[in-house]
Amino acid sequence: MRIRSTYENELQQIQDQMLVMASMVDRQIDRSIQALKNRDLDESRRIVADDLQINKIRFDIEELCIQIIATQQPMASDLRAIVAVLNIITDLERMGDHAEGIAKISLMIGDEPLLKPLIDVPRMADKARDMLRRTMDAFVERDAEAAKRIAEEDDQVDALYDQVYRELLTFMLSEPSNITRATYLLWVAHNLERIADRVTNICERIVFLVTGRMQEMNVSKY
Amino acid sequence: MSALETATPTVSERGPSAALEQAGRVETVKLSAWYGDRQAVRDMSLTIQPNRVTAVIGPSGCGKSTFIRCLNRMHEVTPGAGVAGKVLLDGQDIYAPGVDPVSVRRTIGMVFQRPVVFPTMSIFENVAIGLRVNGLASRRRLPEIVERSLAQAALWDEVKDKLTEPGTALSGGQQQRLCIARALAVQPEVLLLDEPASALDPQATLRIEELLQQLKERYTVAIVTHNMQQAARVSDYTAFMLAGADRVGELIEYGETREVFTNPKDRRTEGYLTGRFG
Repeated sequence: MRIRSTYENELQQIQDQMLVMASMVDRQIDRSIQALKNRDLDESRRIVADDLQINKIRFDIEELCIQIIATQQPMASDLRAIVAVLNIITDLERMGDHAEGIAKISLMIGDEPLLKPLIDVPRMADKARDMLRRTMDAFVERDAEAAKRIAEEDDQVDALYDQVYRELLTFMLSEPSNITRATYLLWVAHNLERIADRVTNICERIVFLVTGRMQEMNVSKY
Repeated sequence: MSALETATPTVSERGPSAALEQAGRVETVKLSAWYGDRQAVRDMSLTIQPNRVTAVIGPSGCGKSTFIRCLNRMHEVTPGAGVAGKVLLDGQDIYAPGVDPVSVRRTIGMVFQRPVVFPTMSIFENVAIGLRVNGLASRRRLPEIVERSLAQAALWDEVKDKLTEPGTALSGGQQQRLCIARALAVQPEVLLLDEPASALDPQATLRIEELLQQLKERYTVAIVTHNMQQAARVSDYTAFMLAGADRVGELIEYGETREVFTNPKDRRTEGYLTGRFG
C-alpha cells in the first residue's frame, strides 16, 4: 500500500503538467515558424494571444510546487524533482516568449514579402524542437546521460545560426535596402538560438535531478 | 585542564592540525547492544564530531535511543542490558575496566524526552543538584555556575527573578531547558539529547533547536529525533538507522545532513526520507 498517496499524486501532477507545458511550447515554436513562412498574420496574432496560456500553466505549476513544499516537506529525490520542475518551467515559459517573439517579428514584417525563402531557419526550429522533445523523454526516464548528449547538440543550432548570420550579412552588404528585412530574419534566428540554449538549461536540471549535482553544460558561444 | 591544553603536548606527534582539534570527539567502533538475549543494535561505527550537531534518525524501534544511551553508559542501567564494541571519547574507551560510569555520565550528559524536574526542588536546586551530589563546587561558587548554566540554556532571563520557586512551575519548554542547564552545570564535553522536543509545542521546540546551535559552539551535541524536519534544521551530520528483518538496528547511512537529505546514497534512506516505506 502506498502510504502517501495524496503526496505522490501531487508530485506526479506537477511533472505531468510540466510535460503538457512543454508540448504547448513545442507547438508554439512550430506554429510561429509556419506562420512566418506562410505570411499568415492572423495566425501570428493568435500565437501572441496563446502565449498567455503558457504563462498561466507556468504559474499553476509553480503554485502547486509551493503548496507541496509547504505542506509535505519533500526530501531527497522528491525535493530535487520539485526544484528541477520549478527551474524547467521558467525556461519553458521563456521559450514560449521566444516563440511569441517570432510571431511578433512576423507581424512587424507585415505585408512585405520575406527577404529570402526560409531554409536554415526552419532547420534551426526543427532541431531545437527535437532537442526539447527528447529532453522531456530524458526527464521522464531520469536519464542523465541522454540529457548530457542532448546538451551537446546545441552546437548544431549554433552552427546553423552562424550560417544564417553570414548569409543575411551578405544580403545586407550587397544591398543596404535589404537591411531592415534581413534584421527581422536575424532576430528570428536569434530567438531560435536562445530556445536551444534553454533546452541546455533544462538538460542541466535533469542531471541535477538524477545525480544531485549542479553542473553547467555546453555553454553557448552566444 | 582545558581541552586545548590537553591537546597541546601531542601536536608534534599528530601533526599541526591536531592543535585545532577540540575535545569531545566520540567514536563508536562496532558497537552492539542487547536487552537480555535480544539484540537491539549491531556494529555501529561512526564518529560524532566536536562543535557539531549530529542527528540520529530512523523509524520507531530502529535502536536509535539504545545507541545513544550506549554513548554515556546509560544503557547498562537497564537490567539485563549488554554492550559490545567500543565507545571512544577523545580516544579513551569509556567501557574500559576501571572507568567510573558516573564520571562518564558527567562528561557525556544526557537530556531525555520528558523533562525530569525534581518536584520538591527550586529552580536553583534543580540545576545545582548535579554539582552538589558530585561535590563539584563549593557553596560559594554555586550561584555563579547555576547562572552560567541557565544562561547557556537560554533560560536565565526568564527565571532570574524566581530562582527559589519550584522547577515544576515552569512550562514544558522551560523545564526542558532547565534539564539542559542541569546537564551543562557539571561541565560536560558532550551533550546527548533523546527526543528532547517531542513533548513540546512548536514554539518551545524552535527555542530548543535554536539553543542547540548555540550549544554546539562549546560542546559536542548528538540528538535522537523521529522528526526528520527537525534533524534537517538543527544538525550538521545525520546518521540514519534502520532495523532489518531480524529487528536489529544498523547504521544505513551517515554523512553531512545537507547531502543525506537532498541526495542520499542508500535507497533505504531515500525511502525513509520520502515516506515510501512502512
